[in-house]
Amino acid sequence: MADLNKLGIAEARDALRKGDVTAVELTEACLGAIEDAGALNAFVHHTPEIAREQAAAADTRIKAGDAPDMCGIPVGIKDLFCTKGVASQAASRILEGFKPEYESTITQQLWDAGSVMLGKLNMDEFAMGSSNETSVYGDVVNPWRREGSDAALTPGGSSGGSASAVAADLCMAATGTDTGGSIRQPAAFVGITGLKPTYGRCSRWGVVAFASSLDQAGPMTKSVRDAAIMLGAMAGHDPKDSTSAELAVPDFEAALTGDIRGKKIGIPKEYRMEGMPAEIEQLWADGTAMLKDAGAEIVDITLPHTKYALPAYYVVAPAEASSNLARYDGVRFGHRAKLSQGDGITEMYEKTRAEGFGPEVQRRVMIGTYVLSAGFYDAYYNRARKVRSLIKKDFEGVFAQGVDAILTPATPSAAFGLGEMADADPVQMYLNDVFTVTVNLAGLPGIAVPAGLDKQGLPLGLQLIGRPWEEGDLLNTAYALEQAAGFVAKPAKWW
Amino acid sequence: MSIDTATAARVAKLARIAVPQEDLPKLADELSGILDFMEQLNEVNVDGVEPMTSVTPQRLKRREDVVTDGNQQKAVLANAPDAREGFFAVPKVVE
Repeated sequence: MADLNKLGIAEARDALRKGDVTAVELTEACLGAIEDAGALNAFVHHTPEIAREQAAAADTRIKAGDAPDMCGIPVGIKDLFCTKGVASQAASRILEGFKPEYESTITQQLWDAGSVMLGKLNMDEFAMGSSNETSVYGDVVNPWRREGSDAALTPGGSSGGSASAVAADLCMAATGTDTGGSIRQPAAFVGITGLKPTYGRCSRWGVVAFASSLDQAGPMTKSVRDAAIMLGAMAGHDPKDSTSAELAVPDFEAALTGDIRGKKIGIPKEYRMEGMPAEIEQLWADGTAMLKDAGAEIVDITLPHTKYALPAYYVVAPAEASSNLARYDGVRFGHRAKLSQGDGITEMYEKTRAEGFGPEVQRRVMIGTYVLSAGFYDAYYNRARKVRSLIKKDFEGVFAQGVDAILTPATPSAAFGLGEMADADPVQMYLNDVFTVTVNLAGLPGIAVPAGLDKQGLPLGLQLIGRPWEEGDLLNTAYALEQAAGFVAKPAKWW
Repeated sequence: MSIDTATAARVAKLARIAVPQEDLPKLADELSGILDFMEQLNEVNVDGVEPMTSVTPQRLKRREDVVTDGNQQKAVLANAPDAREGFFAVPKVVE
């Protein structure tokens, strides 16, 4: 078999079980692809020794007939996940040199299922960003380019390394995390599938915290089927995360019948944004037509507080971040600034955090500090939490009317150029999350599915939002959309 | 809501991030811009709305009050920038 790194999870699994390939062969193909793809800057910590050891162990298991779905599948891990003995620094200088003494629950579950770790993937610093330009490792480059141009484009963020690596076939799949759209926006920018599960579906233990009430990890894959398979291995109750749900993990792949006849799909009028490119509008209309053709019932719905989701998010997320990031003090792990004669502990904190955090992280920590400070707590933080309640209520109302899933665009544009937003004010960058952030505020599952190319040849994605805990049903609707859209384009290799 | 440089300096102090004096005006500008964006929230009628505490309705779980972990001094100190004699070491705190 040629080009083994181009396989997805499902194809690789089937080939492994038939004995057509070995996990060692799959792993070597991916390691070779990674070696050649330095220009993408997706993998930032390489773990070939671990990969080869895990691959050999997976082959033994497969031979013995003990092969869970993810057994022998080479994956990349976002740098936000703590991996024992392997650098895990959330793309931040403040965690330089940090090698966790423990393994995150999600990665442990993947290794227990026999998956192979190729290395750690680039991202925005502490998952704060929408373009992967805030990383201490430098920008990630999107494998896609505009037709007739060699300008470097962003893969989106914060899971930009994961997106770029999967789209460029450096790995079969990757883990991502999503606080305001960080799985779905990059997935849409590179033409892959990205799923944010219901809040509480996957354990957050050992995943570096950004905004604890919004953070949720999920799979980034080459197909909806692969997302269903990988979610099955990542999900599950974990006593070490008090917000992880005590629910059984269903067989998500079994839900993929492609039959969505009679399903009610809501089209929210508030997502028709002013100044939205005509191509996005067209893609959304096309997606609606595809679901209708597949037998779904299309209904117009209203989510009246949508407009307030972004400002609410940019109060709640920085507030939680300012608390979570208080732990980076130069005492227990990571970077400590060099001190001058006579510096005390306060200078140590202040210098360490000034050197260790990049500008975007500093900004968000300070915004969070401000909205939580005495005199502003009610005006900003409590008000934002009330608006959050209203946003969730909007969705509950729609689901109570019998709507099964909601279809929206995934992003307000195709991938933009690296550096293009450098002079824009921070709020401009935040607008990237406009279609995705409501899902985090309401704790719902959401999935981005590639659905077409724009006139410059760049991928565009659609988002489906599902009912809480019904990822199986959501994946099935996404599967029907995927079948109808028939997106098979791949970036031409230039790296 | 406009933030002046004195407020920016106070926020930086509270956040324990050293910001050089000359960078304060730009920081104040950026923070003001972000807070302006948040002002939209004032348009929403939130009378009688409970602030969200948990996105999925749940009671915090309880468990037996027993020791489940521990005796890992070496692991705990392994990543410290400065660890001595089994402790985290920091600059002098008390005169």
